[in-house]
This record gives sequence, C-alpha cells and structure tokens, in this order.
Amino acid sequence: MALVLNEDEKMLQESAEGFFADKAPVKALRALRDNQDETGFDRTLWKDMADMGFAGVMIDEDHGGVDMGCMAAGLIAVEMGKNLTASPFISSAVLSATAISKAGNESQKALYLPKIAAGETLIAFAIDEGRKHAPSKIELTAERAGNGFKLNGSKAMVIDGHVADQLIVAAKTGEGKTTLFLVDPKASGLETERTIMVDSRNAARFEFDNVEVNADAVLGEIDEAESVIEAVLNVGRAVISAEMYGASAQAFKITTDYIRERKQFGTEIGRFQALQHRSSHLYTELELAKSAVLASLSALDTGDLKASDYVKMTKAKVGQVAKLAGVEGVQMHGGVGMTDEYDIGLYLKRIRVTQELFGDTHFHMEALAKAAGY
Amino acid sequence: MTDLDVFQKETRAWLEENCPAEMRTPIRGDEDMCWGGRNYKFSSPAQKQWLETMAAKGWTVPTWPKEYGGGGLSKVEAKVLAKEMHKIGARSPLSSFGIWMLGPALLKFGNEAQKLEHLPPIARGEIRWCQGYSEPGAGSDLAALATKCEDKGDHFLVNGQKVWTSYADQADWIFCLVRTDFNAKKHEGISFVLFDMETKGVEARPIKLISGKSPFCETFFEDVKVSKDNLVGELNKGWTIAKYLLTHEREMIGGQGEGVARPLHEIAAGLLGLEDGKLPEPMLRAKIAEAEIDAWVFGQTIHRKLEEAKAGASLGADSSMLKYYGTELNKRRYELMMDASGHEGLEWESERSNGGKTARDWLRTKGNSIEGGTSEVQLNIISKHILQLPGA
Repeated sequence: MALVLNEDEKMLQESAEGFFADKAPVKALRALRDNQDETGFDRTLWKDMADMGFAGVMIDEDHGGVDMGCMAAGLIAVEMGKNLTASPFISSAVLSATAISKAGNESQKALYLPKIAAGETLIAFAIDEGRKHAPSKIELTAERAGNGFKLNGSKAMVIDGHVADQLIVAAKTGEGKTTLFLVDPKASGLETERTIMVDSRNAARFEFDNVEVNADAVLGEIDEAESVIEAVLNVGRAVISAEMYGASAQAFKITTDYIRERKQFGTEIGRFQALQHRSSHLYTELELAKSAVLASLSALDTGDLKASDYVKMTKAKVGQVAKLAGVEGVQMHGGVGMTDEYDIGLYLKRIRVTQELFGDTHFHMEALAKAAGY
Repeated sequence: MTDLDVFQKETRAWLEENCPAEMRTPIRGDEDMCWGGRNYKFSSPAQKQWLETMAAKGWTVPTWPKEYGGGGLSKVEAKVLAKEMHKIGARSPLSSFGIWMLGPALLKFGNEAQKLEHLPPIARGEIRWCQGYSEPGAGSDLAALATKCEDKGDHFLVNGQKVWTSYADQADWIFCLVRTDFNAKKHEGISFVLFDMETKGVEARPIKLISGKSPFCETFFEDVKVSKDNLVGELNKGWTIAKYLLTHEREMIGGQGEGVARPLHEIAAGLLGLEDGKLPEPMLRAKIAEAEIDAWVFGQTIHRKLEEAKAGASLGADSSMLKYYGTELNKRRYELMMDASGHEGLEWESERSNGGKTARDWLRTKGNSIEGGTSEVQLNIISKHILQLPGA
C-alpha cells in the first residue's frame, strides 16, 4: 500500500484544497442554514465541482468520468471535511456512481453515469431503514407484479434524498436475498420527508406504498445485491472516513489556534500543560487516523484482499478519533465553544453525523470480531 | 531481472544454505536472544555459528559500510534481506545496544579512529555495550545529569553514578554522558565519552524490579580514568549526540508493539475458549477488538512515517509520537492479557504459568512508557516541536 502521496495525488490534493477554501468555506454552510435553503447545498458549487472532475472521480472515462479512484475521492473528501462543504459528493458521485459502475448494465451506465459526472443528475443511495445502520436487515420488500415489481416499506437516512432525481433502493426479494432498484422519487405511492440533520445537511425518509417499477429498473442481478451493497458501502465508508478525518484535523487546528491566543490568569492558556498534553495526545490520534484513511483508500484501489477489513478498522478508529477531536475542541474553547458564533460547534455536529453514517465504531468492531472468528 | 531481483534470489539461496534450522524457530524470551560480548555464553552451537556466519558477511549490520564490519547494503537491499529472513523465520543473529544506539551515533559523530576501533567488534558481537544516561537526579530531566568528568591533562577523570543502565553487569564497554562544564547552561556542559567497564573504579549493581528480574543496574564511577581519545564529538557538545541517540531509542521502543505479536483475540480464545463463536466475556471482547484495531492503525502509522522519511522528510519529533503511542498500546495489550489469563495469570512460580511469564511480562511493560523518556516527556516534545504551543 502506498501511504505517501505521489505527484498526481499531491496535485489533486492541492487543487481541491484551494478550490474548497475559496468556493465553499464554513460561512457558505452557515448561509445555507440561515437562509433555510431549499436544496440544502449550492447547485452552482456542485456544477463547479463537476467541472473540476470531482463528480466523475469514480466514473470511467468512457462514461464521462475521470476515473481516478478511491484515493482521489478520499483526498477530495478530506478538503470538504476541513471546510464543512455541503454537496451531493458522497451520495451521488461516490455511492451511486460506484453502485451503477459495479452493477449496472450498459444502457443504465450510459444513461446515468455521464449525467452524474456532469453534476446534472443526482442519484441517492437508499439502504438504511431503522435507527442504526443495518445493511443485512433490509425489510423493505419488492414483490413481482406483472412485468415488474411492487415495493413496500420504508427507508431512512437517505442522504440528499429530498432532492434526488433517482433513488437506488435496496429491497428484500426473498429470504436472505436482496435486489437493487432504480426508482423515480416522484413515482406514485412514494412519499418523501426531508430530514434536516444536526449538521444542517439533509437526508430524507421515504414511505413506499405499492410503488411499481418495471423489470428494467433492476440494477444488477436479481437476489444477488448483497456483495455489491457491501462493496459500495466500503467505498462510502472509506471516503466518509476521509471527510471525517478532514473535519477532525481542522477542528484540531482551530482549537490549537484558539489556545495559543486566548488569555486567562494573565497568560495564553496554551501554556498550561493540562491542555498541551491533551493536544499532543489528540495530534497523535489524528496522525493515526490519517494513516488508517490512506491505507484503506489505497487498499481499495489496489484490490487488496484485506481491503474490507481495513475499511472497517478505519471507520471504527476514525470515528473514535473524530469524536475526541470534536469533544476536546469544544472543551478547550470553553464558553465560546458553546456559542453558534464559533465554528467549533459546527465541526462537532458534522463529526457526529459522519460517525454514524454507514456504521459507527461499535458496528464495525462487532463486524470485525465476527469476521475474525471471536 | 533487475539487480534487486538478483540480490533477492542470491540472498534467499544464501540464507537457505547458511541459517541453521534451530535459528528458524520463534524466540521464546530473552534467553533465546544473542547479545554477544567478551563473557557471553552462547545458548547453543547453532546460535554461535549463526552469529559468526552473518558477521562474516557483514549482515549483523547490513547497512553499515564494509570497512566498519557492515554489509554495505543499500536501504532497499537491507529491506529485502529482512524480508527474506522473515520468510524463513530466521532469528536476528545479534541483539545489541552497540548496533541499535552507539553505532549510528559513532557513524555520524565519531572520528575515523573511533569508528575503526569500535564498530567492527560491535558488528562481530565481540564487545557488548551499555548506555550510561540516567542518574538518580536526572531521569525525565536528563540534561540535569551531574556525573563529573575532569580534564587531568593526559586523561579524563570520571566520578558519579548512573542508574537504569541496561545489562551493565554484563556489558564490556559503556557510552556515557558526563558533565564537563558545571558553569555552562545545563545542555551546554555535557560530553559523550566511552570507556571499558573493566576500568578500575567502575562497579555495576543489578536492581531488582517488580517483575523479579534485573535487566537494569546502578553503575558507580570512582576516579575512573578515561583516555582522551574516547571523547566522541566535541567537548561540551554531547547533548546533540544524546538527542540523536534518544531518537533512535524511541523509534526502537515505539516499534516493539508492531507486527510480529500474536493477535490478542487468538490468545484470549486460547485461554477462555469461545461460546457460540464469541469470546465469553462481551466487555473484554470489545476491548480486545479495539486494541487490535489500534495495533493495525499504529502499524500503518509506522509504515507511513518511514515511507515519508524515505521520501526525504525527517522523522524528528514524530519519533516521540510513535514512542508515546506504541508503549501505551503495549501496556494496554498486557493489561488485556492479564484480564484474559484470570487466576492462572497471577501465578508467579508454577510450571503451569511458565514461571509467571505473563505476569512478569505484564510488569515489564510498565517500564515501556518510562524508559527512553516518559510518555509525559514525549507529550511535552510534541507540544513544543510539532504543535509549537507557547512556553512548551
């Protein structure tokens, strides 16, 4: 595995760094929130991201993408994390693009992938249903009806689902059998509830009441979606870990900047060993988180046989480190850390959401222990 | 085939022919490690043969220049050698503070005569070294050291005491930090000298530890005469060498937890068994999963830092980060081993417990985060050199 960036990756990282700091800093998120923006992200920004190639990072060149892979997607996500940038990058460009690339037939690829890469079509990935991430316990059913299927059940925490042009829906098609469907959110019998989250980003809940789809809505093999879902989720887990690392690193940076300046007892509070040692510990944990993120992204790109384990370890570890970065960040800011005016609270909130997405630390610890046979 | 492929092929064949079968079994403990030295008793003829064969090839210190007893290998070649040794389970032919600590310092700061005198015997395992750093009044605050070294014209005279001198009772020579200027600022009056432990006035007394073992000594110096040729680097500039050497030591201690160790969950399953495919204690199981994740992430961090260093970056203060995390992780690992061992892990002398091995190893790990600079000192170094916090 390559844990140090090569020249191409360094260039991409630097261009993403400049792009997000310039076009989508934290104050952009504040504006979206305070203006109660209907979309929840800036469509102009998303178009600019597509022009940069970011929306097509996971899509091959034949379908209008730049085909740069997971490491590239992760490097972009780190910079989005630092700036708390809101965009449909994870939902459409990472999860759905990966699902269609891996499972789609040629006409589905030709229909959707170029539009995702161009930022013209937003496809959301609908997997979770209950309070917690549980991809092996899908209860939404798809029963054969006429020439197609009828879907019944519900989905929750569908990122960017409220403005999606299409949904990829995981449905139970038999005992232990799962199938993916492409569903139009405007289909009859499908109700959407926008759920604004603690981090001012958006997801949606869906109720499916006899929603009919044609046979050509099936994405991939009927009954055989489990391994595709796991592969898509692993890419999502690695990339969201990268974003989570970026948010944590920036939370740490603004916190150390703060304790260097803030004076109490006649001196900068950063002089106190109580804060220095906690800062140094957090620095250490963040360096570990960074290693895990790079190792996972690299392993996914090279098709390492252990990539799935690495991704789970990474999501588990980075979740813990990010939590520490958020919690310590607020504590070291003291009273102002509790105010909306200071950015540290926004980081704490985004970190909490990324911790939960696609399985939290406990979920992945359990999965790892089971897989290792203990 | 590239040159490296050829080297790999030849190395594999050479190891296959020269590494005795007995030296391809896992090291069970200190007694299986070869330390060398004037009075060393080899644990088997194979151990002696392996050391001599490797030393003749220069492969006890593969990257040192050939004129100093090394193999003259590039870093990449040395990595290939290490990989090939790992593949056949070959033991390290020689464990030595001379190799790990003094050697790198002499290569950087020693004069030609010193390199020629001291490096080849280190490479051959003929002279065993110990490190004279800490003193009763200079632990974490190492630069407060007070062992006095006076200029007596044609020689130095050393008086004072060191403590935590690893294996001083079995060492042939010592590399030692001494104070040569009591009026200068504390970092600026320190020098780095070498002398023979058989010199009149040197006495080493083992310290009995909580593990019941005595790997460390108190070492006393009373009017010890030291040749002026044995001053390494410039007079009063020893702190620079000390810091360089400590960085090496930290990397070594920090790296101990990595890789080779058997997964905790396997050990725990062996001790406690499984119920429905799970460890019977769910809380312990969770902590083990957490520790195993941290061990993997730590391993990746070591690889990343070494790769970065290869790409031209210096490890610098990051060695403190590795030392801090690696030692704390190792302590956690042994706490969990004790948890999993339960009552039997508490037995101190029985055959069942292999003479209290788990308990003694557990106790030994408590020193990991103290020796080579405490965890707190490492955190201070990170605060100062990496985070650059005020007043750190």
